[in-house]
Amino acid sequence: MGSSSVFSVASASLSLHDTNIKKNLNFGTNAFRFNNDGTNTFSNFKSSRRISMAVAVNVSRFEGIPMAPPDPILGVSEAFKADTNAVKLNLGVGAYRTEELQPYVLNVVKKAENLMLERGENKEYLPIEGLAAFNKATAELLLGADNPAIKQQRVATVQGLSGTGSLRLGAALIQRYFPGAKVLISNPTWGNHKNIFNDAGVPWSEYRYYDPKTVGLDFEGMIEDIKSAPEGTFVLLHGCAHNPTGIDPTPQQWEKIADLIQQKNHIPFFDVAYQGFASGSLDEDAASVRLFVARGMEVLVAQSYSKNLGLYAERVGAINVISSSPESATRVKSQLKRLARPMYSNPPVHGARIVANIVGDPVLFGEWKAEMEMMAGRIKTVRQELYDSISSKDKSGKDWSFILKQIGMFSFTGLNKNQSDNMTNKWHIYMTKDGRISLAGLSLAKCEYLADAIIDSYHNVS
Amino acid sequence: MAIHNLLNGQFLNRSSVIGARFMSSWFRNIQPAPKDPILGVTEAFLADQSPNKVNVGVGAYRDDNGKPVVLECVREAERRIAGNQFMEYLPMGGSIHLVEESLKLAYGENSELIKDKRIAAVQALSGTGACRLFAAFQQRFHPNTQIYIPVPTWANHHNIWRDSGVPIKTFRYYHPESKGLDFSGLMDDIMNAPDGSFFLLHACAHNPTGVDPSEEQWREISSQIKAKGHFPLFDMAYQGFASGSPERDAKAIRIFLDDGHLIGLAQSYAKNMGLYGQRVGCLSVLCEDAKQAVAVKSQLQLIARPMYSNPPLHGALVVSTVLGDPELKKLWLQEVKVMADRIIGMRTTLRENLENLGSSLPWQHITNQIGMFCYSGMTPEQVDRLTSEFHIYMTRNGRISMAGLNTGNVGYVANAIYEVTKST
Repeated sequence: MGSSSVFSVASASLSLHDTNIKKNLNFGTNAFRFNNDGTNTFSNFKSSRRISMAVAVNVSRFEGIPMAPPDPILGVSEAFKADTNAVKLNLGVGAYRTEELQPYVLNVVKKAENLMLERGENKEYLPIEGLAAFNKATAELLLGADNPAIKQQRVATVQGLSGTGSLRLGAALIQRYFPGAKVLISNPTWGNHKNIFNDAGVPWSEYRYYDPKTVGLDFEGMIEDIKSAPEGTFVLLHGCAHNPTGIDPTPQQWEKIADLIQQKNHIPFFDVAYQGFASGSLDEDAASVRLFVARGMEVLVAQSYSKNLGLYAERVGAINVISSSPESATRVKSQLKRLARPMYSNPPVHGARIVANIVGDPVLFGEWKAEMEMMAGRIKTVRQELYDSISSKDKSGKDWSFILKQIGMFSFTGLNKNQSDNMTNKWHIYMTKDGRISLAGLSLAKCEYLADAIIDSYHNVS
Repeated sequence: MAIHNLLNGQFLNRSSVIGARFMSSWFRNIQPAPKDPILGVTEAFLADQSPNKVNVGVGAYRDDNGKPVVLECVREAERRIAGNQFMEYLPMGGSIHLVEESLKLAYGENSELIKDKRIAAVQALSGTGACRLFAAFQQRFHPNTQIYIPVPTWANHHNIWRDSGVPIKTFRYYHPESKGLDFSGLMDDIMNAPDGSFFLLHACAHNPTGVDPSEEQWREISSQIKAKGHFPLFDMAYQGFASGSPERDAKAIRIFLDDGHLIGLAQSYAKNMGLYGQRVGCLSVLCEDAKQAVAVKSQLQLIARPMYSNPPLHGALVVSTVLGDPELKKLWLQEVKVMADRIIGMRTTLRENLENLGSSLPWQHITNQIGMFCYSGMTPEQVDRLTSEFHIYMTRNGRISMAGLNTGNVGYVANAIYEVTKST
C-alpha cells in the first residue's frame, strides 16, 4: 500500500500541478509551491531524501472515497429549503409544527430548562447507563409505575441517543449475543432501521405490512411471514403510530401477533417513538408493549423523546430489555453498557435532566400531558380536514377513509414514486418518495391545497 | 378502554404460562460484563464511607475544594441560550458553528486549510464519539489496515477500534525506567510498521502517562511518519488544559500540518470546557481538496446516521457561543489557564512533599509529566494498598488524576504514597 501511494503520488502531484498551474499550491509550507516553469523550490531543499518523502503525504488515504447518497428523509428538508416558490410545503421530516407551521418548543421544556439554569447543576459525566432518575422515569412511563416487571426488577434500562441510538444498542446486543439471529422488519419501515441493522452487522428480512390495495394493514401477510421465520427471530414492531404508514394493528390483531410470537419463540423488539403523541394518551399508546410484557415475554423496547417532548435535538431515549429475572436483567444491562462505552462513553445529560425534571414534578407532568394531547389533537384535526377536503373534491368514488384510520405523525398516501415526484415538481410539496406525508407539517389552512395536489397526482400521473 | 380490559383478562389467564416461560431466558448466555476499569473506580469511591477518602481516579477536573467546576463562561453562555426556540434536529454533521470554531481552535484561527475548505469535519459525541466515527470510517474504507496505538493508552481506545472491527497493534511509548518517553522505541516502531499504517497519537497531555514528546521529538516523529506514508490520527482531549494555552497545546498538530501531513483529528470539550456530560467534540479529516472533503464528510455522516442520527444540540450551542464571542472566549482562556495552573501547582506540591518525606525514589517525573494525569510508577499491589489502607482511589496502572488533588489532601496522599512505596 505504502509503495504504491508513493508511486501514485508522483502522478497525483503532477495532475494537481496541471490544474493549478497559476495557483499557489499552498500546503502549509513554501516547500510545496510549484513555480510556473514547473520546478519546485523543494529541489533547493537540503536533504534530497526529504523531498521524495515529503511529496508522499500529499496523496490522501481517502482519495477514492465516493460522495454518499443524500439521506432520503433528511435530504427532503434540504431540498425544501432550496425551493424559492412561495406555496412550497414541507411534509418531509417528522418534526411537529404548529398551525402556523413553526417549530414548537413545549412550555414544560422551557420551564424545566429554566429550573435547571437556576439550580446550576454540574456537568459531570453521567454513568455509562445514563441518568438514574431518567432511567427510572422512562421505564415507568413505558410500562406503568406499578408494572410487575419493574417491581420484580426485571427491566434493564440504559439511556440511549434517542430512538436511533437505543435501537443501535439493541442491534449491537443482538449481533454480539445472538450470532446468526435475524431481525424481521416491516415492509415498509423507517428508512434508518435498515441502516442500523446493517451497520450493526445483523441480517434482516421483511414481513409484509402495508397493503396498497386497502392502504391498510396486510395482516394475513404479516402473520404468515412472522410464522415462517426461523424460531428465535427478532421481530421489530412499531409500538404505535407506525412510521411511515400510520397504520397500526387493532388490539385484537396485537393479541394474535403476540400469540404467534410466543408460539414461534420469537423475540419482540419494539420501537416506541411516539408514545403519547399518537393518541394523546401515554398509557393508550403503550398498550401494545404492555400486552407483550404482561404475557411474561422477554421484550426489547427502544424509546424516544424526540417527538412527544419535542426534544429532537437533545437525543434523549432509552433501550429497555425486559427479561425473565432480575439477575438476567443485571447481566444484560452490564453488556449494554459495554457496548455503549466504545460508542460514546456515556450519554448526554441535558435532555435526560429535562425529562426527569418534568416527569418528577406532578404539575409539570400534568402540563406535559396536556401539551401532548394538544399536539396529537392538532394532527387528528388536520387529518379530518384533509379527509373532508379530498372527499368533497374527488368525484371518482375512491375511498379516502384510510386518512382517518391512520394514526400519528405520518400518513401513507398510497401515492407511488412518480406521483410523489409530481407532488414535488408540480406542486412544491415535499415528501418522501414512498408516498409518506408528515401531517405534523400540515396546517388547516393548507389542507385544500394539499387535497388538490393529491387528487391531481393520484389521477393524472402513473 | 377495550385494550385495558383485554390486558387484565389476559394477565390473569396467562399467569401459569408466565411461570412456565420463566424457566429459561433468552439471555442466559449473557455473562456479566467486567467493571469498566476507569469509571468503576468512581463507583467504588462513592460507596466508600471513610471521611478521608480521595478520588484520584476518573479524569474530571476538581477545584481546590474538591468540587466539580462549571466554568463562568459556560454559565454565561447558558444564560444566553436559555429560551432557545430551536430544538429541531441538527444536521447529521452537527452544528456548523461548533465545527467552524473547533477547526479554528485546532488548525489555527487563520488557517489556509480552513479557507480552502479542505477539512472534512463533523460534530461528534465528545472524544469517544470522534474516535469511534474515525474507526468505523477506517474500517469501511481501509478494511485491511490496523491502528497502531501507544503503550499505554486510554483504555477505551482498545474498545473503540475493537468494536469497530479494526485490528490493533501497538507502538512503544512509555519508558518505565525513566518514567518518560521511550523515544527510540517509538521511532523504531514507526519505522518498522508497514508503509501506510494508521497511527494514533495523543496531541498533548498523554493519557494515562502525562508524558509528551518535546517539540524537537515531534518534528522527528513527523518526519519518520512522513517517510513511511503513515496516516496520523490525533486524539486531542486536553487542548488548553495541558499547558494553559490552547495554541501551545496544538503545537504537535501544527508541526504535522506544516510538514504537509493529511491528518485526522478527534477533539473533545469535556475537560477544557468542563462539558463532560454534554458530549461535545469534533472529528476532522484533512483532505487534498474541497471536493474530497465534501465526499469524506458525507461518508462520516453516513456512519453517524445509524449510530445516533444527529448529535446533541445543547453542548454544541454552549461551545459555539463561548468561542464565537470575543469576551466569552477571553474569559474561557483565563479559566482554562486557571485549571491548568492549579494542576501544575499540585504536581509541584506533590513532588516536594514526597521528597521532603525523605522518599529515596525519584519523583521528578511528577513535574516532568503534563496534563491531568501522572503515571506514578506504582504497581497494582501498591495501588491496592492505597485503596484498602488509605481510601485513595485510582486506576491500578498507577495513574493519578492530578485534578483530584488539592491543598487539603495532597499531604495525606503524599504520605500514603510514601508509605506504600517505602520498601521499593
